Amino acid sequence: MIKTIVSTELPIDEKFRIRKNVISGTQKGPRLCVVTGTHGDELEGQMVCYELVKTVSENLKFLEGTLEVYPAFNPLGIDTIQRGIPNFDLDMNRIFPGDPLGTMAEQTAYALIEDIKGADMVIDIHSSNLYLRETPQVRINEKTAEKLVPFAEHLGMDFIWVHDAATVLEATLAWSLNVAETPCLVVEMGVGQRINNSMCRRLVNGIFNLMKHLGMWTGKVASPETKPVICQGGSVTFLNAETSGVFLTDLKCGTRVSETETIGMIVDPLQGKMLSRVTSPVSGYMFTIRAYPIVYEGSLMARIFNS
Amino acid sequence: MRVETIFEMTSPYRDSFRIKGFRFGNGEKTLAIAGPMRGDEIQQQYICSQIVRRLTMAEQHGRISEGKSILVIPSCNPFSMNVSRRFWAMDNTDINRMFPGYSQGETTQRIAAAIFSALEGFEYGIQLASYYVPGDFVPHVRMITTGYETLDTAKLFGMKFVSLCKPRPFDTALLNYNWQIWNTKAFSVYAGCTSRIDSTAASETVDAIMRMMQAAKILTKTVTLSPAYEPAVVDESELLHVKASHAGIFYRLKSPGSSIESGDVLAQIIDPYNGQCLSEVKSPADGIVFFAHNQPLVFENGLIFMIRGM
Ligand SMILES: [Zn+2]
Repeated sequence: MIKTIVSTELPIDEKFRIRKNVISGTQKGPRLCVVTGTHGDELEGQMVCYELVKTVSENLKFLEGTLEVYPAFNPLGIDTIQRGIPNFDLDMNRIFPGDPLGTMAEQTAYALIEDIKGADMVIDIHSSNLYLRETPQVRINEKTAEKLVPFAEHLGMDFIWVHDAATVLEATLAWSLNVAETPCLVVEMGVGQRINNSMCRRLVNGIFNLMKHLGMWTGKVASPETKPVICQGGSVTFLNAETSGVFLTDLKCGTRVSETETIGMIVDPLQGKMLSRVTSPVSGYMFTIRAYPIVYEGSLMARIFNS
Repeated sequence: MRVETIFEMTSPYRDSFRIKGFRFGNGEKTLAIAGPMRGDEIQQQYICSQIVRRLTMAEQHGRISEGKSILVIPSCNPFSMNVSRRFWAMDNTDINRMFPGYSQGETTQRIAAAIFSALEGFEYGIQLASYYVPGDFVPHVRMITTGYETLDTAKLFGMKFVSLCKPRPFDTALLNYNWQIWNTKAFSVYAGCTSRIDSTAASETVDAIMRMMQAAKILTKTVTLSPAYEPAVVDESELLHVKASHAGIFYRLKSPGSSIESGDVLAQIIDPYNGQCLSEVKSPADGIVFFAHNQPLVFENGLIFMIRGM
């Protein structure tokens, strides 16, 4: 059943709507919310939602509980190929838990949190951005790691990153929900503005695995092919560009790199010169790599888990 | 006056990104003024240029106090302004959400780190700032309440209002918050508007900053400035928020600074198809318009006015 959570008028004859699909099973059971499209430039979640809604709707007899799918938290952002909320230039994932008395964006954030609160599990799907390519991974704040890592393992992603608590992340959807005792897992994968079908299928399968674990799916599910690398309290090396220029690489993320290994080079197309070589300072698992080639000093080039 | 380059970074396709500092006087780090960090802060850019001009004259006339030095950074982000983008164009990040910065981090973290290392250690700090919601303010001095804020100094500006706001989680990355934590008496000055020059509000703001310098004895020998106000202190959480009951064309009737009575019509919202008035926006109380939406269109439930009740 399609439900509208937010509906407000835009200036010229248009309704701004945020909708969800609520699919109830034949038996009572847990409530799982799948959320995506907070960042308008991240699209993998669209295929995941499509596959999930289609499969569950066609196999309702296996569902015990409720699946709620929110494909577009930021519909105007998706429509205008903008990461943030158009007209406000705001990152929607920095305004949670919102404010019923605040701006339209803050009111929207508030309404969404209130709608989701109380779910037994929430999966917030992101796909990096234009700049970085990410290995399929789950991100968990260290403060909620003990509770959430066991759930995250069922999603069949390559990597689980337990990161430390930064204050700026306190305004994210995941943080706000976890503070409200509604468990939320953040999935990151791929790169902005594109859909990688096989990654999406893996996540869909992972979500069915998690649903099975939660006791809300009785259908057949293939076991995940991979055991995730778990980075818990381990150190992650951030590799930043030493020079501004054009980044060229042959590598992909999700690979092991060794100390001093060349990841790529930053070049100057005008002079035909290499400006700097990007080398790994450590041996480990490279789960993020730069996707957008134009870089400035400081641009993030890679993240490596020194396992 | 001495001009120096505080930070320089090469760009793949453009001239180098440079942040320049203008130093006046000699001795203790007394006052630092930070200009625009966002590319649409044109009013703030103009005000900085006027302050540099006034300080240059003050220095020529020997009016800068012995043993005190002033640093003005007229732009923290010329690159964004030159291409009409609000944030850092390559990744849309906001330099004013990156403090205290990190010199080994991402580009805007590095820029913030360089700015912060130039700005820290001053006794007083002033940032020419803009609000995250588009609109016009009555010119005022704003302070984040961290426990380190200094209301008495804020009153030295002699602006009509001093506002106090509680920090939200993401405010901990603002320049002003970090300045205060590192023991600078920090103020944000809101000069009315942002993306255009309002010369009345600009000269009021320039005078207020010069007045503060005189009152804090950073400048000697007072010169005549526009008259000072006895500032009213505003707790931002007590401002009355007026929302749009309809979306449509926004026709504003009252501007920031207007005195209003309960029931006064502040704006009309017009149907964009048939020209009918969809809503007369009325004031909920007697008071003063503190903030007003400044776009020609409005969304349903959009925040259009903030009123300081009497
Ligand atoms: Zn995202």
